[in-house]
Amino acid sequence: MPAVPFTQHISQNARRVPEWLVYTLGVIPFFWIFWLCLDGRLGPEPVKELEHRLGLLGLQFLLASLMITPLMRYGRINLIKFRRTLGLLGFTYVLLHFLTWMILDLALRWDEIGADLVKRPYIVVGFVAFLLLIPLVATSWQGAIRRIGPKAWGRLHRLSYVVVILGAVHFVMQEKVWERESLLYLYLALGLVAMRVLWVKRL
Amino acid sequence: MWKPDLTRADVTPKSAFLNRRQILAGGAAAMAMSPGALQASEELEPTELKLIRTYNNFYEFGTGKDDPAKYAHMLTTSPWSITVDGLVDNPGTYDIAELIGDIPTEERIYRFRCVEAWSMVIPWNGFELNKLLAKIGVQDTARYIRFETLVRPQEMPGQQRGIIEWPYREGLRLDEAMHPLTLIATGIYGEPMANQNGAPLRLVVPWKYGFKSIKSIVRISLVADEPQTTWVMQNAREYGFYANVNPNVSHPRWSQASERVIGGGFFAGRIDTLMFNGYEDQVASLYEGMDLAEHF
Repeated sequence: MPAVPFTQHISQNARRVPEWLVYTLGVIPFFWIFWLCLDGRLGPEPVKELEHRLGLLGLQFLLASLMITPLMRYGRINLIKFRRTLGLLGFTYVLLHFLTWMILDLALRWDEIGADLVKRPYIVVGFVAFLLLIPLVATSWQGAIRRIGPKAWGRLHRLSYVVVILGAVHFVMQEKVWERESLLYLYLALGLVAMRVLWVKRL
Repeated sequence: MWKPDLTRADVTPKSAFLNRRQILAGGAAAMAMSPGALQASEELEPTELKLIRTYNNFYEFGTGKDDPAKYAHMLTTSPWSITVDGLVDNPGTYDIAELIGDIPTEERIYRFRCVEAWSMVIPWNGFELNKLLAKIGVQDTARYIRFETLVRPQEMPGQQRGIIEWPYREGLRLDEAMHPLTLIATGIYGEPMANQNGAPLRLVVPWKYGFKSIKSIVRISLVADEPQTTWVMQNAREYGFYANVNPNVSHPRWSQASERVIGGGFFAGRIDTLMFNGYEDQVASLYEGMDLAEHF
């Protein structure tokens, strides 16, 4: 039997992995955090811890979904089937992050929530990123591509580039000093988007 | 005469404290039985010692809230010397025992409000800063006091990175420093100060955001001009020299109208932040005629 290239091996096996399995794996962090909550292991300020972990997971999944195409281009690894799965998981965590902030952190103090959403730059940036995800989620089903046409669909989904940059900027902006971790996420987001710009320019 | 609203009589013994928490957790019925208990739960339930020791901002040990508890054991606090200089009668470098050993300590239960909009109630052990100032001998030309934290990167891993310009420094106007609410604290809950809380001695200014209450002090200077302070140096748009707790003046990145009480759990929500952190009656006169939105 001829040796199958390693990358092809991954791609072939990945094709056999059902989407639901990835969703299931994707919600494991949620249940893990939920368990830590119940067990009182989220530290002295569990609400903030929950909020931050959910937000970070959201950003991580969104960035992961943007790594699928470069993996195919440069690594010849085809995981395209899971791009949407990762994106939707990202949105779910971002939504939970937003709800945690609104319900548990700000305790539905609407005056403060309203003021924060329009006045505090880092919250505005995060909120805009969240809003921009909504049309992407709304057009994430197969039929949507046919409905609006693949070209328009592709253009619309370029919003995801804006979303990851805004998401990472939101992470950096809420720090009180420059932090390595959040800056690394920003560089990663910028790198993934810069790749797309280069691809378009070369065409 | 000044009287704090949280007095010695309000102190909950540490052993009884956990029991009472459980009773209170049992529901409003338990509280309704006694108006005293209700008042206690609203006004001054001191934060659990464990929380006071595990949720800290002390960037000398790292920027994570749990970093100080993780790394502060590396710090040697004995011997400890403090340099006193500037416009004072008795300048010099003193061993801590020599400088403060003869000043009797007392317990003060204060609200502690971080600029990040969280709060605790802390039973400090310490003495009024003015007692130390009397010993040091403040000269007439002094208008401000300036403090510095230890710089020792080999024992304070956060200092191995240039996240802020070390040493951490803070300052007060002299009348703020002389105010009877302003403390030098050496302990919490009757126990010696944990390293992560600023051992062996720190400042406590309960009507100001927590970052003013500088930890692990090694230098005290009396000066004529407003000193540079760390967070103003870091970001003058967001942090001011005064840093008085004020629910009406937002931080540019978040509201200061309310705060999360540490230890409240998941559904505790927030409480309204009080003007001057609840010490308005005692300190408002210090700022008469000042625009607090400008001098934030």
